Amino acid sequence: MPLGLRFRKPKNELEQGGRPPARPAERASEMTRKCPDCGKEIPLGVLWEGGDTCPCGHCFPMRVRRRVAFLTDPDSFTELFGALESRDFLGFPGYAKKLRNLRESTGEREAVLCGEARIEGHACALFVMDPYFLMGSMGTVVGEKIARLFEYAAQKRLPVVGCAVSGGARMQEGILSLMQMAKTSAAVKRHGDGGNFYLALLTDPTMGGVTASFAMQGDIILAEPGATVGFAGARVVEQTVRKKPPADFQKAEVLLAHGFADAIVPRAGQRRVVASLLAIHERRRPDEKGL
Amino acid sequence: MKKAYDCVRAARAKDRPTGLDFIGGVFSDFLELHGDRRFADDPSVAGGIAMLGDTPFTVIATERGKNTRERIRRNFGAPHPEGYRKALRLLKQAEKFHRPAVLFVDTSGAFCGIGAEERGQGQAIAENLMELSALRTPILSILIGEGGSGGALALAVADEVWMLENAVYSVISPEGCAGILWRDAKRAPEAAENLKLTAADVHALGVAERVFPEQDGNWAGVWEALAMAVRQWYDKASALSPEELIEARYQRLRAMGTPPASAGAETGCAQNEERAETE
Repeated sequence: MPLGLRFRKPKNELEQGGRPPARPAERASEMTRKCPDCGKEIPLGVLWEGGDTCPCGHCFPMRVRRRVAFLTDPDSFTELFGALESRDFLGFPGYAKKLRNLRESTGEREAVLCGEARIEGHACALFVMDPYFLMGSMGTVVGEKIARLFEYAAQKRLPVVGCAVSGGARMQEGILSLMQMAKTSAAVKRHGDGGNFYLALLTDPTMGGVTASFAMQGDIILAEPGATVGFAGARVVEQTVRKKPPADFQKAEVLLAHGFADAIVPRAGQRRVVASLLAIHERRRPDEKGL
Repeated sequence: MKKAYDCVRAARAKDRPTGLDFIGGVFSDFLELHGDRRFADDPSVAGGIAMLGDTPFTVIATERGKNTRERIRRNFGAPHPEGYRKALRLLKQAEKFHRPAVLFVDTSGAFCGIGAEERGQGQAIAENLMELSALRTPILSILIGEGGSGGALALAVADEVWMLENAVYSVISPEGCAGILWRDAKRAPEAAENLKLTAADVHALGVAERVFPEQDGNWAGVWEALAMAVRQWYDKASALSPEELIEARYQRLRAMGTPPASAGAETGCAQNEERAETE
């Protein structure tokens, strides 16, 4: 995004209304979308075919239902815990309005979609976080839904596939948002102690309290190319150490080099890779007792 | 009534006792143990074994340092991943030898540095959260000053969490919150009120079990009270089997922010309506 455009974006609207970025069709042209990496105008048809990926490899953010459709077998997804939605229980400035606007603009009730699905025939519990809903931030309901999903999966002895994207813990719900990091971690631990498989797929950006909890707790951690994954954001780091972080700071490729991800998987190969990992971890030991 | 930001100031005050003071004040015969056995020894987290009466405890504290030189050496109490990994190593040791563990937490947060990120700050915290939730020995965390977000939580997944009167516990610093909300860090006092970060608020939200008065700065008295409370807590906790202990710890976390939200939710909504009217 050019610097000028970034400054002209009405910050107040973002602060008060929390509207998601304009839809692609409303930008330069009805039929194309500009890639922030290579700068080319990409026809929407090409993007759609490639799973919202530019031919140059740039991964555009994906709406939750779109990612579910992209990753799972047709009509195999059943949503779970979909009725839960956040409330402004602290009376935090602007939060109630922001939630109302987001529910309207995204059609989703919360920043994570949970359910049960099949991926190339393999059953799994699935959660997909929503980059358009308060930047996928984790408040009490996101934490609750994810904890419930791991408990549900532990009980049914299902693997969990989780697609993370998040700005971190949701400040508008205060300390209880922070506690969701511990709550989800405890649920992941129990699911794992039961011998169940958890595959985390980290997408751009995965930050803060989500990185510092369930995103980094996968038995296997995959990342999308170019995804930024970290705890503190680059700007905060720069302000703290008064030194500009390298250009590839916190990029998936660096994460891989430092040993914090198992593999980088472009969208085109994700279904196949996830399905084969689910197949490998399908439970077959006869002495298995589960929980 | 005391303003939230007064607590923030008190929690950050330069003359406030630090983590090692609390270890020395509550326990005796502290033997410090160093290093995470992976990369380094992080001086912003101090840990080891200390005695309370004739019971050995594993004790861990974040340490800010007393003077400028110490503060720099201890990175102002902001741990690197090695600090969290050292804490986890010592806690695993506590589990192995059936020692109870007490953690004193006072940190503005996990350090936001390039090296810290490259060595997996998020992963280190995530691992602590997961492992502490199922550690088969009693754990008690006491927030003695600043409880800064995930960096504090990584040392505060416990059977009980206690706070001192002026300690604060928050998902984000009031300055950071004000910066995001209003692009103005100077409005931190206002943000502090909204975040409900004081010991009284955190207690009301069910995140801390007990709050200890600071006795107007009579710290020896505070430590005496804490020592007695820790002993009583351990007597109760040690009567439970490891399975009962971790089940209770799980249910404690599980209850946090579970809809329908607690009574706090109702007052929250009411406050919001008032706000709407006054605007």
